Amino acid sequence: MKCRKCGEPAAIELRRHNAAFCAPDFQEFFKKQVREAIRKHRMFEPGEQILVAVSGGKDSLALWDVLIDDGYRTSGLYLDLGIFDYSVESKAKCETFAAARGVPLIVSRVEEEVGAPVPVIQSVTRRPPCSGCGLSKRYLMNRVALEGGFPVVATGHNLDDEAATLFGSVMHWQMDALPRQSPALASTHPKLVRRVKPLYRLSERETAAYTIMRKIDYIVEECPFAKGATSIAHKEILTRMEEASPGAKHNFLFGFLEKARPAFEKAEGVTLNECARCGQVTTGTLCAFCKLSDQVKRSR
Amino acid sequence: MKVVLRNPRREVEVKGRRRVKDVLAELSIIPESVLVIRGDELVTADQVVGDDDVIELRPVMSGGSR
Repeated sequence: MKCRKCGEPAAIELRRHNAAFCAPDFQEFFKKQVREAIRKHRMFEPGEQILVAVSGGKDSLALWDVLIDDGYRTSGLYLDLGIFDYSVESKAKCETFAAARGVPLIVSRVEEEVGAPVPVIQSVTRRPPCSGCGLSKRYLMNRVALEGGFPVVATGHNLDDEAATLFGSVMHWQMDALPRQSPALASTHPKLVRRVKPLYRLSERETAAYTIMRKIDYIVEECPFAKGATSIAHKEILTRMEEASPGAKHNFLFGFLEKARPAFEKAEGVTLNECARCGQVTTGTLCAFCKLSDQVKRSR
Repeated sequence: MKVVLRNPRREVEVKGRRRVKDVLAELSIIPESVLVIRGDELVTADQVVGDDDVIELRPVMSGGSR
């Protein structure tokens, strides 16, 4: 198999693009896709400080690498979830990455903020671990960004993540989730920062290939709580479809974004209030994070 | 050849020279779900690997709350 651009032996085949690339040309292709995502959705303003949410996994470190390389002003945010060795190791990957590139890394601990680490939150709430974890991450990303003066948070969500989320929303016809799914979410309140996903055009196979080619040391082991997660089951289904029909995931997600999403956007938005306790944005009186924190404290 | 699998990390032995895609088929692994690494380089599914090779099948899926 030969590289489509230079004819040298290929390192990776991209069936959905009917192409293969050598390592240098693949990295250029990868960066072009990120730049196209940023341009198309006007993700960043010139000179803006970007907070990059990093987990120590391939996607977020690949994203941070591209943004640093392209000259953006970035800081990393690692949320320590307190998930045993997994969190210890993933934090070390982020620290090594940041130190090697001389970029700042902010660390926020869920145990300090919520009152307990993710494994305890799970047993207190008796809900799937990803539920309290996801809630805490979204809340803390926004709050840390506000406190640090960052107008935007960038996350490493890739094409597979977005397609799996869409699949889950469609399976349950979650009419409120569908209009919110977007590569870029504008700030709709002074206390909500913009959220962007510059990797949404790239599959997780492609982000993994990029990190390997760039020799970025990332955590290969999965979060112990991810086993059995619905999002993984959806990804497996979509990967089988992709194997049978290259481009299936791309068509599913991009078709939604370009054709279907506008139809789901509500004519009138929800009313946003500030939480009576912490002042962060909520649709109710007390935000979901403060309710979770109360529940954890009551149980201890 | 020695084939290294991840999550959890384990090794299996596959005998005989063959294409990467045939190794994957023999182990019932969907090609889209992995990258194949030899040394520190990626190899495509049409490349031939032999008894002396060590290849890693790196899963690309990550998940849970993202």
